[in-house]
Amino acid sequence: MNSDWQPTASIDNLRRRAGIVADIRRFFAERSVLEVDMPVMSHCAVSDPFIDSIEVAYRAYPQAEAETLYLQSSPEYAMKRLLAAGSGAIYQLGKAFRNGEVGQRHNPEFCMLEWYRPGFDDQRLMDEVAALVEPILGLPPIERISYGELFERYLQIDPHRATATELAAEARRHLDVQMDDEDPDSWLNLLMSHVIEPRLAERGALFVCDYPASQAALAQVRKDHKGRPVAARFELFVNGIELANGYHELTDAAEQQRRLEADQRQRAALDLPQRPLEMRLVAALQQGLPDCAGVALGVDRLVMLALNTEQIGDVIAFPYPRA
Amino acid sequence: MANYSSNQFKNGLKVMIDGDPCTMVDVEFVKPGKGQAFTRVKLRNLLTGRIWERTFKSGDSVEGADVMDTDMEYSYYDGELWYFMDPSTFEQYGADENAVADAKKWLKEQDKVMVTLFNGNPISVTPANFVELEVVETDPGLKGDTAQGGSKPATLSTGAVVRVPLFINQGEILKIDTRTGEYVSRA
Repeated sequence: MNSDWQPTASIDNLRRRAGIVADIRRFFAERSVLEVDMPVMSHCAVSDPFIDSIEVAYRAYPQAEAETLYLQSSPEYAMKRLLAAGSGAIYQLGKAFRNGEVGQRHNPEFCMLEWYRPGFDDQRLMDEVAALVEPILGLPPIERISYGELFERYLQIDPHRATATELAAEARRHLDVQMDDEDPDSWLNLLMSHVIEPRLAERGALFVCDYPASQAALAQVRKDHKGRPVAARFELFVNGIELANGYHELTDAAEQQRRLEADQRQRAALDLPQRPLEMRLVAALQQGLPDCAGVALGVDRLVMLALNTEQIGDVIAFPYPRA
Repeated sequence: MANYSSNQFKNGLKVMIDGDPCTMVDVEFVKPGKGQAFTRVKLRNLLTGRIWERTFKSGDSVEGADVMDTDMEYSYYDGELWYFMDPSTFEQYGADENAVADAKKWLKEQDKVMVTLFNGNPISVTPANFVELEVVETDPGLKGDTAQGGSKPATLSTGAVVRVPLFINQGEILKIDTRTGEYVSRA
């Protein structure tokens, strides 16, 4: 008898998951952060070259020619449009979708918690992330370390200055990898995810901040204490697992447009699909995005950590193979 | 052979790496939120036994290896090669010392084993988890000592030496776990 009909997560785990979701909603209600529900299906797609949106075929009537829409990979663009329209502090707890992401800690549809705080910077938002996560995971106060210090400590490399060749040589000292790439960020990501992250497992929870400016995504760029340009971006790692990614948000419309177009060029260079850019985000920034910080957190992973399980299927009733 | 793309990688998949057949023993999808996706694979080289990790970019593909695990019967040893017969085709395969390796300690004629063929040639031999072999030499058994304490070496018909309880006598047939090389019980 085939057991594919059964959930992969135990009912008890799903009960505990529901408890954590209720804790999250209570946390934001107490802080008067408004819950919002952004579209899952959009006319535009995320620009990040390494996030592949899932396409859906929308038809006006069953025989009509299909219009391609995209399942959102994060509610970020829509939430920023709402912020520019004067929403004030907002959060969303809902599904996000990413093509091809299936693994021990990945499911192509997953639960993302994303929130924005007008008037906060990345430091103050890290305080709030800690206030949410520490009680759920029973953690002591979470340490902070800069991306630069992290690479210095574990690899004796300055990630802000090292060339692609130097980084490639370092990666090959640790890993058997058949890859050629002239982009230093490719090697930094590889070193981070394959060499450093596994070693962070023993350090419990850790905020990594001040990312290289080239990895700013939608964060502001500022100078660090050594005068180097760094992204006002942080990530939270717990037991070596990437749990949250936050920014002191970029509010400059022209810079936002440049970054979207740069992503599109990189996509073309890498032979990745060209998809409609969200120019309504640029328009919203022109109107005026309040100075704010925002963060996205993987709720399935949060539950995995709280329940001390190794497989995302332990906390999702029907993951991709059974969905 | 077919090519396999990184999204088809899974435990047990046999692939050619740097000219050698390898089997995947662990496959992990690694994808930072903003970075490229990778597949980290723990591989075992089927010729040398070496286990190591290799990282593949998402979308990379590798050639499959023509490797087949086949149930066979051990026939005989001619002083150079160990011969095995596929009972469905009656075809004989000669395996060298390198392929037979540790399995030779447990090979009794007509016993069933698993022979791994690469391009039709045996590259490894796996005995059944449990084999029954006769004791050809051991110190005389101690009467009454059936329960506790002590062990002694016993040489089996294949030449293997295992630790057995003191009460075991020459000529007895023993059940041995080939994965640990340990005595289990009298057969």
